[in-house]
Amino acid sequence: MRLLLEKRSEHSQRMAVLSPIIAIALTLVTGAIIFTLLGLDPLQALYVYFLEPLKFLWTFQSDDLWSLEQLAVKAAPLALIGAGLSVSYLANVWNIGAEGQLIAGAILGGAIPVFFPGWQSPITLFAMLGLGVVGGMLWGSIPALLKNRFGASEILTSLMLVYVIQLVLDWLVRGPWRDPQGHNFPQTVPFADWQMLPTLDGTIHLGVLIAIVIALALAFLMGRTLKGFEIRVLGTAPRAGRFAGFSRKGAVWFCFLLSGGLAGLAGICEVMSTVGQLQPTISPGYGFTAIIVAFLGRLNPAGALIAAFALAISYLGGESAQVSLGISDKIAKVFQGILLFYILACDTMILYRPRFLPSRALTESGK
Amino acid sequence: MNELASSSEFLSIVLTIITAATPLLLAALGELVVERSGVLNLGVEGMMAVGAVCGFGAALSFGPYVGIFAAIAAGVLLALLFGFLTLSLVSNQVATGLALTLLGLGLSGLIGERYVGQPGEKLGRLHIPGLSDIRFLGPIVFGQDVLVYVALGLTVAIGYVLFRTKLGLIIRAVGDSHQSAHALGYGVIPVRYACVAFGGGCAGLAGGYLSLAYTTQWVENMTAGRGWIALALVVFGSWLPRRVAIGAYLFGAISILGFAVQTKGLNIPSQLLSSLPYIVTIVALVIISGNRALTRANTPTCLGQPFVPDR
Repeated sequence: MRLLLEKRSEHSQRMAVLSPIIAIALTLVTGAIIFTLLGLDPLQALYVYFLEPLKFLWTFQSDDLWSLEQLAVKAAPLALIGAGLSVSYLANVWNIGAEGQLIAGAILGGAIPVFFPGWQSPITLFAMLGLGVVGGMLWGSIPALLKNRFGASEILTSLMLVYVIQLVLDWLVRGPWRDPQGHNFPQTVPFADWQMLPTLDGTIHLGVLIAIVIALALAFLMGRTLKGFEIRVLGTAPRAGRFAGFSRKGAVWFCFLLSGGLAGLAGICEVMSTVGQLQPTISPGYGFTAIIVAFLGRLNPAGALIAAFALAISYLGGESAQVSLGISDKIAKVFQGILLFYILACDTMILYRPRFLPSRALTESGK
Repeated sequence: MNELASSSEFLSIVLTIITAATPLLLAALGELVVERSGVLNLGVEGMMAVGAVCGFGAALSFGPYVGIFAAIAAGVLLALLFGFLTLSLVSNQVATGLALTLLGLGLSGLIGERYVGQPGEKLGRLHIPGLSDIRFLGPIVFGQDVLVYVALGLTVAIGYVLFRTKLGLIIRAVGDSHQSAHALGYGVIPVRYACVAFGGGCAGLAGGYLSLAYTTQWVENMTAGRGWIALALVVFGSWLPRRVAIGAYLFGAISILGFAVQTKGLNIPSQLLSSLPYIVTIVALVIISGNRALTRANTPTCLGQPFVPDR
């Protein structure tokens, strides 16, 4: 048996939609195998992991609403970052340091509670959110500058900068920004009420709404405007893009400022809601998981919104699996990695038609 | 007396630099071969992480030398998974490499949870009676662990194979023009599979070095970006084994420099010292990438490009 790929005459739209669904199904099957290997009842484990967070959808018990709200709160940063990365990857600009831009946004926005703890005004919130965006943009502009000015690989520089900013945050919360009344814990002062995002009912906060609006706005930008067209052309046919007068360097700047700014926004929203202060760790790797969100969402910002919920389940399921199945929540990262592998494998079928031939037929055909 | 103390301090610094450089060198050499064949595997960090945890686990039960082989095997397996996607299914190499890193870091965290806080097996340093006892030079030249010599041997061997043998010519042909290599009758895909597997073995070995020789414990995320630094080293060394080795030792020296300075009692935040390797990597990339003549001469032309043989 030999696998041969036959090029399709055009992209298969059907496979483009089916691929993520097949990938999720295959991930669940693999999950069942892993759970069995860990000595668990696979069906029960799959239920606890992947379905229990969604229980409200069929029980309508208000007790179950909580996990659905948690899901939205976890999906918000993933959708924000994933939408920005979708645009970036479409343009063939590989920003993989969103985790760092997230932290940079949290740091710059978090400077207000640290330096102006008493500043209570209607614009405090907006100032913090705005600084968050600026922080992410600044950190994202470094790889963009190095790429455009010196041709340094943005993949490596953006990733290296994640480690640097993590250490900066660590230094700040252990050193100059540490809460003097914090019993020596490595954390800043807790944010005051007016420095936190308003919530709908205690859990769902403004950040969720922002994420939905921005993801949809970006989907419009990419699908219906010249800028979106420019980005797609530069990504898929750089030569054609050059002839059309589109600037490659401009696209690099645009993508890094956009995806960096959104990651920064996700970061400041996270510390203004779930976390409530700056501390050495403020994100469970949202910036990296958002890479998977972008691919699962077909590099479409609106798709990223849906994909964000799928990946939020993997986080939430990991937590509940730890509590009720007694397995490590580290398994969440494994599922996320496996899912991305399956998506990429299934995406082959968008461009190619796989054919299995016995190896004998191949030699007989003369080649 | 004072002179003796400072000389033994210097000796320990040199030894630490060598242990810090070796995993970088091993991983970078493997990736160099992969990239010379035209494939960009960004999954080095993930393969290292899994190599580290598998090596650690196997060493606990069967001793450090079995641990080394377990680490290599783990790296090869993951690399073949990457190879299947990128070579047989023609998936995007950048995205698949990222997937490999995410999966590898996740797997290592899951497998390694049971090893947290456990003391591991240490790969011993060689001791050749007489030679290793020579003052100062003995421990450096004759008293390292086996993998230090393996890394240096690989540097020479890879340089020889790539530039002095037919096999090397084929690998470079596949990386520089897969269409021509294919037309000449060379199997582009099998050659790339072999190179990817070799790179995976090297990355796994580099990971194993971290948990068997560099430290003797397992900590989550203990690779700490070394896989990415190795990727940068390949660019820094402009795809030449010799330069990659020099780069690896320079980086080893820089990452140790920080701690050497700290013991002198200077009041520098430890985080600044820890961030040095990453900042230096960025600076090195900028300097090398800015030099067109240097990068253009050696960059494999087909690097990262998919190949589908037309029947």
